[in-house]
Amino acid sequence: MPAKGWVEINELYCKACETCITDCPSQVLALDMSRLSPKGYHPAFMLLPEACTACGICAVVCPDAAITIYRGVRPSPKEEK
Amino acid sequence: MTDSDVKLVYQRPAGFDARTTHYCPGCTHGVAHRLVAEVLEEMGELHNTIGVAPVGCAVFAYNYFSFDFVEAAHGRAPAMATGIKRTLPSKTVFTYQGDGDMASIGMGEIVAAAARGELITAIFINNTNYGMTGGQMAPTTLPGQVTTSSPKGRDVERQGYPIKLAEMLATLDGAAYIARRSLHDARSIRQAKKAIRTAFEAQRQGLGFTMVELLSICPTNWGLNVADSRKWLADHMLPFYPVGDFKVNPAINAAGGN
Amino acid sequence: MAKELIKGNIAVAETALRVGLVSYFGYPITPQTELLEHLSARMPDLGRAFVQAESELGAINMVYGAACTGHRTMTSSSSPGISLMMEGISYISGTELPAVIVNVVRGGPGLGNIAPSQGDYNQMVHGGGHGEYHLLVLAPASVQEAVELTALAFDLAEKYRTIVAIMMDGSLGQMMEPAELPPFVPLREEVPDWAVKAIPGKPRVVLSSINIDPPAQERFNLRNELKWQKIRRDEVRFREYYLEDAEYVVVGYGTVGRIALSAVRTAREKGIKVGLLRPITLKPFPVEAVERLVPQAKAFLVTEANNGMMLDDIRGLVKGLKPVEFYGRMGGVLPYPDEILDAIEALVKGPLTLEGDPRDRWLAVLEQKIGVGV
Repeated sequence: MPAKGWVEINELYCKACETCITDCPSQVLALDMSRLSPKGYHPAFMLLPEACTACGICAVVCPDAAITIYRGVRPSPKEEK
Repeated sequence: MTDSDVKLVYQRPAGFDARTTHYCPGCTHGVAHRLVAEVLEEMGELHNTIGVAPVGCAVFAYNYFSFDFVEAAHGRAPAMATGIKRTLPSKTVFTYQGDGDMASIGMGEIVAAAARGELITAIFINNTNYGMTGGQMAPTTLPGQVTTSSPKGRDVERQGYPIKLAEMLATLDGAAYIARRSLHDARSIRQAKKAIRTAFEAQRQGLGFTMVELLSICPTNWGLNVADSRKWLADHMLPFYPVGDFKVNPAINAAGGN
Repeated sequence: MAKELIKGNIAVAETALRVGLVSYFGYPITPQTELLEHLSARMPDLGRAFVQAESELGAINMVYGAACTGHRTMTSSSSPGISLMMEGISYISGTELPAVIVNVVRGGPGLGNIAPSQGDYNQMVHGGGHGEYHLLVLAPASVQEAVELTALAFDLAEKYRTIVAIMMDGSLGQMMEPAELPPFVPLREEVPDWAVKAIPGKPRVVLSSINIDPPAQERFNLRNELKWQKIRRDEVRFREYYLEDAEYVVVGYGTVGRIALSAVRTAREKGIKVGLLRPITLKPFPVEAVERLVPQAKAFLVTEANNGMMLDDIRGLVKGLKPVEFYGRMGGVLPYPDEILDAIEALVKGPLTLEGDPRDRWLAVLEQKIGVGV
């Protein structure tokens, strides 16, 4: 099933509290254990981007307003670092 | 597909300033801040609002909002907000206070402001302990709950009973809207946002004092991870502190408030 | 404008309104209550903010909020209420905000009584709240002077972004005297840049007394101290009576200064070369005025309605060069003119001494007079 949307996680704000990961109904998100944010956290990232439905729950529960949600097809995946 | 098919569903609200908060990971203070910022933005009130920060974990709240803010003495935010609102009655004025600040040292100020029907909104964070000083017993600490100053659990015989502030303030004629919501899951957070919106709308309508109590987690001082904290809130706080509307001025419904 | 017969408390309240008081927050306490009552009647009709607060703690924190808006605000109370306000006084000072506080001092400590006293000198002049801060303290001796100092208080508060306290006492608050009130001025529209105003397009303003970084707090405090140096230089006010040729110098302020003046006049009639220095600003204190009198004075007499609070300040300025004696009454009792006259005549009679503590000698006199044994 093609993804209906995608999320961007601002690593400046993300504190790796995992609330978005726990609550995502499609298990899209995970902590990126390979990197550290400027604040020293392993930031959340889209582990299974194709499963995202842009439902918005991750942003609703995020205590740090770190998440931006888009509906539609991601224009260019090259931004992924 | 073209770019025009892409729709922005959600982004950080403009009222929540572009800086990292000092709150612990998972702390629902951030959720409460974000909801206030979202509501004020949606109401077009961002640049007509003055906030009053408390003493406690939210002592630096003034750093995180994009509009004018003042910082009160411990518990005195409702008095300070009164001074501002009475001088600048066309502004939206709110206090943001924790449970120690509002329900203990500031009990006099909040009750008097509510009784006067002061046209301010109080956002009340109930996480059952004094977070900033390291997790001591608060007026909201549950019976039997262990804190650093009730190490064997709150003994109500010796340490008294918790205060249900929303129920208490709802008895006052000056209160227009008194509600309790929880921040432990997405559904509750959405309901909390509606309550905050209703409170600010009632303030704008001049109906009286408004307060939204928000049940919150404190993973650091509770000694639980974030997921377990949210579960603890649901299992222990919700039965004792039921969510709901405890006072709704009839004019709120008449005006189609949500 | 014509003079009218008016009570001290009401004169202060009405003057504040006329010079642009936008908001008042207070709590009833004798002997200042008429001030609050007068404003409760006048302010709503003028469309200005009046709130009878739940406590003095509430009142001072409402003043704190109102002061953040940059509009003229004040509160009034009496000694026990001012004690309760000390929290807010420190916070307002720590945020550098202008506000006016009237303290109609009564007898203490504790609940004490409702009679006139100067027992709050140290609380007003030397602190009372926590941390390093300074209040400007004005001490009127008549209803007319209370009117003038009330108008001045608002100007000074704004000029220096500081609290200005008017320290009166129960007798001045309750006394009716002829006084000329200032004309009504329209409210100022504009507010200073530093005030919170929530106006689109204006830079965001945050007002707080927090400096979590100690060096930042020290810089703030240093700036405040430097500002205070300027206030000490420019804002000292006092009145001198019969001092030109005086050999004996009486120092007294407020109501006691006025009582002392009548004692000084009687002494002059008796041929005693005595004069009076009456500080009007208790803070900044008229330091140079005292120092100038040291060479000419044979002796000083400090008189107060307390246990010798200003006495310590005067002794610090006279530096043991000349004898300093004290006569005071406490606990809501004012000294009578003849008691002060007795103290003046005791100076003349001598023997004068630089030895010992004037407080001991005063206590011996008072103990004999009112007869309590320990």
